[in-house]
Amino acid sequence: MSAPAVVTKSARSRRIWYGLQTGDEVAHLVTFLFAACILLLTAFLVWELWVQSAESRAKFGFHFLFTSNWDPVSGDFGALPFIYGTVVTSVVALIISIPLGVGAAIFLAELAPPRLSSACTFLVELLAAIPSVIYGLLALFTLIPLMRSYGEPFLKKTLGFLPFFDGPAYGVGYLSAGMILAVMTFPFVIAISRESLMEVPRDQREAALALGATRWEATFLVVLPYARLGILGSIFLGLARALGETMAVTMVIGNDPAIHASLLAPGYTIASVIANEFAEAGSSLHTSALIEMGLVLFFVTIVVNALARLLVLATSRKGTAQSS
Amino acid sequence: MNRLIFRKIVNGVMLFLTALCTLATVSVLFLILGYLVYNGGKSIDWNFLTKLPLPPGEVGGGMANAIVGSATMVGLAALIGLPVGFLGGIYLAEFGGKTFAFAVRYMADLLNGVPSIVIGIFAWGIAVKPMHGYSALAGAFALSLMLIPISLRTTEQFLLTVPRSLREGALALGAPKWRVISSVVVPAAMRGILTGMILGVARVAGECAPLLFTALNNNFWARRLTEPTAALPIMIYRRAIAPYDDWHRQAWAAGLVLIAMVLVTNIAARYLLSRGISVQKG
Repeated sequence: MSAPAVVTKSARSRRIWYGLQTGDEVAHLVTFLFAACILLLTAFLVWELWVQSAESRAKFGFHFLFTSNWDPVSGDFGALPFIYGTVVTSVVALIISIPLGVGAAIFLAELAPPRLSSACTFLVELLAAIPSVIYGLLALFTLIPLMRSYGEPFLKKTLGFLPFFDGPAYGVGYLSAGMILAVMTFPFVIAISRESLMEVPRDQREAALALGATRWEATFLVVLPYARLGILGSIFLGLARALGETMAVTMVIGNDPAIHASLLAPGYTIASVIANEFAEAGSSLHTSALIEMGLVLFFVTIVVNALARLLVLATSRKGTAQSS
Repeated sequence: MNRLIFRKIVNGVMLFLTALCTLATVSVLFLILGYLVYNGGKSIDWNFLTKLPLPPGEVGGGMANAIVGSATMVGLAALIGLPVGFLGGIYLAEFGGKTFAFAVRYMADLLNGVPSIVIGIFAWGIAVKPMHGYSALAGAFALSLMLIPISLRTTEQFLLTVPRSLREGALALGAPKWRVISSVVVPAAMRGILTGMILGVARVAGECAPLLFTALNNNFWARRLTEPTAALPIMIYRRAIAPYDDWHRQAWAAGLVLIAMVLVTNIAARYLLSRGISVQKG
């Protein structure tokens, strides 16, 4: 199928003519249109969010992102408490899921026998397949009561001098939401970290072991740095999921549109305020403000996702280049 | 010598910790499943599968309309989303150039990562607002938007695993390219593609956020596709956050039905796929 460097006009038209006769050009065109659908849909999505949020953007401008009033009755909207809640819950989720996820990925890629490793990976993938609303259901009836009667009082007793663990133990709040998000993000961290660890060439490990390193030293000082981009990518993917996660968070965050320093306090996230208020929004300004928050969420997750994909892409290219 | 012992201890402790991490993550799955089966099993009964929901306060009733509603919307979404993604995937794998195919691939991955609630807003703007009403169609549209990138990427991925020699053999016999694709390449990759699509449909069936303000909810049978429609995930959400014990019981039962469906499709699809690969090898 290698085309000559200079294709004469007649040769090209002959090829197209041949293609039309056999149907190849038609198949090409049809599938091309469907592939282009993705680009069109994405463009349309951005345009739609932009246009629908026009009212709110015109009224509040950039202040929308930095004010913390949320009053649907008087028509005053500021997104700060929701942005804050989204960031805080995601950070809590990452603090829990990074060590757990990377640790498990190390075990699965470096230590576990292949059968155990693939069995565990399968189970972790199942964890990723559980719908978000099921996580919410379980968290609401198990995690919240446990946190209220044991977890949070314990944290207050031991770490209560920190501003993060202050105030009454409601059970619902940033911490519980972050914990449930951690469970929802670590399948991503594990799966992709494991893949990038497995792409590290064998020689690297063997060289370190031959120099007298222990298994852990070889892993920590040689294999992990080699796979760092992929691991970082997996963390970004997890972060993107945590930022946009809706149902589970909505059920445990406590729905309080205010900013609290304490992780035990109830809060709100962008996704959950949209979930809660969108269908019942009274004024077009309210709807428009919610859509503007959707726009913010969209851009943030797109950027985080794009970064993650680039990082994962970079490592897998490097890995395959080395192994071939 | 001391130094060596210290290093060995660190080695042992850290390796043990990684094993513990794995144990913790995997045990979460079993905790979730166990608790759900325990609570859901207590709550599920024949009425749940065949009756309509009752008003708050009354004990009993079921979610037959939500089960049917979910099936309708997921089915419609599959009808729209899977073919679009499938044909797009064929383009990427068989015709795609460099820049454009890369752009499509990257966009599909990004679209896959867009929060489902944002997809819901988009679907609301297109299918609810202009029509002045929540409907099953709008819900199905939202779900199909989530299926397109999944279907596109799996199709492409599995088409690319088909060996070059198969394509060349068919081309050498004089078949035009579209014939090669439709009767050689696609059938060879069909098992993988179907698996990926089934997994995608299972994932979408559990989605709640995009349906919240497209399909809304309904306590009765939806007679037409243009009416608000109940779906299992929404029912779980609404029942779980309400303050009635009997509703909580129903939420658990609905959770059990949903998770059973998702897990059975997942396990079955993966089993099929693994068998398919070993058959092709042997």
